[in-house]
Amino acid sequence: MDFDFEKPLQPLRDKIDALVAKSRRGDPTAEAALAGLRKQLAKESASLYARLTPWETVQVARHPGRPTARQYAEKMCDEFVELHGDRVCADDPAILGGLARIGKTRFLLLGHQKGTTTEERIACRFGMANPDGYRKADRLMKLAEKWGLPVVTLVDTAGAYPGLEAEARGQGEAIGRSLLVMAGLKTPILSIVTGEGGSGGALGIALGDRVLMLQFAVYSVISPEGCASILWRDGAKAPEAAAALRITAKDLLRLGVVDGIVPEPEGAAHANPDRAIALVRKAILDNLADMMANAPVGDRLVEERFRKFSAMGKFDPKKAVKA
Amino acid sequence: MGWFTKTTEPREQAALPDLWHVCPACQAHVFKDEWEAALKVCPKCGHHDRLSARERIGLLVDPGSFREFGTEILPSDPLAFSDAKGPYAAKAAAAVKKLGTSESVVVGSGNVEGVRIVLAVMDFRFLGGSLSTGCGEKIALAIQHAIDFNRAFVMVSASGGARMHEGILSLMQMAKTCAALQRLEKAGLPYISILTDPTTGGVSASYALLGDVNLAEPGTLIGFAGRRVIETTIKQKLPDDFQTAEYQLEHGFVDAIVPRKELKARLAQLLAFRMK
Repeated sequence: MDFDFEKPLQPLRDKIDALVAKSRRGDPTAEAALAGLRKQLAKESASLYARLTPWETVQVARHPGRPTARQYAEKMCDEFVELHGDRVCADDPAILGGLARIGKTRFLLLGHQKGTTTEERIACRFGMANPDGYRKADRLMKLAEKWGLPVVTLVDTAGAYPGLEAEARGQGEAIGRSLLVMAGLKTPILSIVTGEGGSGGALGIALGDRVLMLQFAVYSVISPEGCASILWRDGAKAPEAAAALRITAKDLLRLGVVDGIVPEPEGAAHANPDRAIALVRKAILDNLADMMANAPVGDRLVEERFRKFSAMGKFDPKKAVKA
Repeated sequence: MGWFTKTTEPREQAALPDLWHVCPACQAHVFKDEWEAALKVCPKCGHHDRLSARERIGLLVDPGSFREFGTEILPSDPLAFSDAKGPYAAKAAAAVKKLGTSESVVVGSGNVEGVRIVLAVMDFRFLGGSLSTGCGEKIALAIQHAIDFNRAFVMVSASGGARMHEGILSLMQMAKTCAALQRLEKAGLPYISILTDPTTGGVSASYALLGDVNLAEPGTLIGFAGRRVIETTIKQKLPDDFQTAEYQLEHGFVDAIVPRKELKARLAQLLAFRMK
């Protein structure tokens, strides 16, 4: 069992496990009962996941079994040529980048890399990028512009890394510069929040012409824990903060911050990573095809991107607070 | 304990008449008039105290030249946010009433030694100078004004970061302001960023460090992540000068540290290279 909220499913899962064991021992009655129980489990699981609280969604979005950027690159793409380095001082493994191809569609792929093994997770600081990561992203996005390739970014980070070297090398400047570069990039950008969209560290590669979110991903200005410890003065109030911050895919669609939701397999992406990858693959192909065919080009593309982000939080006198 | 090591009990504030200002950095007692005449810079240790947006504008532009705009843009409460201390809408409305600014930034045009500029000045007293939808709107409006009237844009930052109460829409103001700056850049107009205490979080990770020229006041805190967060993450103590303006100068992120009393002259000097 991955989560506390899955407890109601446990008796059913136990029953299925017992029947599977029975069937293995050659009991012919078990097989017939299994099909029905599996269907029931799928139905109950779906209804459970349809009713997740925002805080439960945060837990799902952070599940270590969700596909990482590297898994998307390797399993989703027919070709992936990884490119390294920021051309300044380092190669940050927390941001993966390279040339990618799915079928006939070629693009530049960037993504926060959280890692799968403990070793890899430590090496890429659990997906929290250093300034070198954002500078690598800038460099590769400019390459995509030059080569006429669209950019796809996969967003999955708790935030930019809060470290000594990160600050010494200009974490703030690097993210700000990245926003400036993306704002002016003359090639289409598709951003997909695949897991955690953590604050500026997420936005640093997410200024897309189209921004999508996976069904159980979250995207927030601050972590619920951080918000709770500041505004509630109690980190344990994270569930309240998670609800107040409106961080689920549905919330963000309603707020006009994301343009669409990519469905996840039953029981969320960690339950069936291959299926999740296939669904993201389809979303990329559908959206890139549409963007390449219909989006404006050059300065007009940049202008449209400006308009998109200018419209977010546009002042409406009717919604102003009453002084 | 010998008589020479005896410490005096801190005197009660009430015992000190309003005549005095106690420097928060060196605890020196200075005549308030003297301190204010020194632009709220401690004459003993040089500590630069925080200024309100209006004080800052008075310091930077020629008397009588400032024309404020964007005052119709007030805080909004897109999430109907409420925390342990109650609804955000009430808190925001109280800040507007108390501080007499419509948001955490004041924007307008004015002259710096005769050169017309567009200026955006953040006010840390307004909910920690936080970047909200209203604040982002006002800054974007100011940048557009600079483009429309072919003027230099001067930004004075003072902020703890994005305003949590407006959630993801506050985060998106980082994108909005940078997209506006990208247009300013294309128009070939100068952007001078002045970093004042403190310039941190989302503001440091958007417009604040993107100036053609970045100036900072002495001792200004400039950084992305908070000191405590970093210390907990890396489990080591940080150097005392970490994230100060001086540290940022040494690391290549600000062009110069300029004492408050020289700031206007330096601004005019820079503008003369492009706007005259």
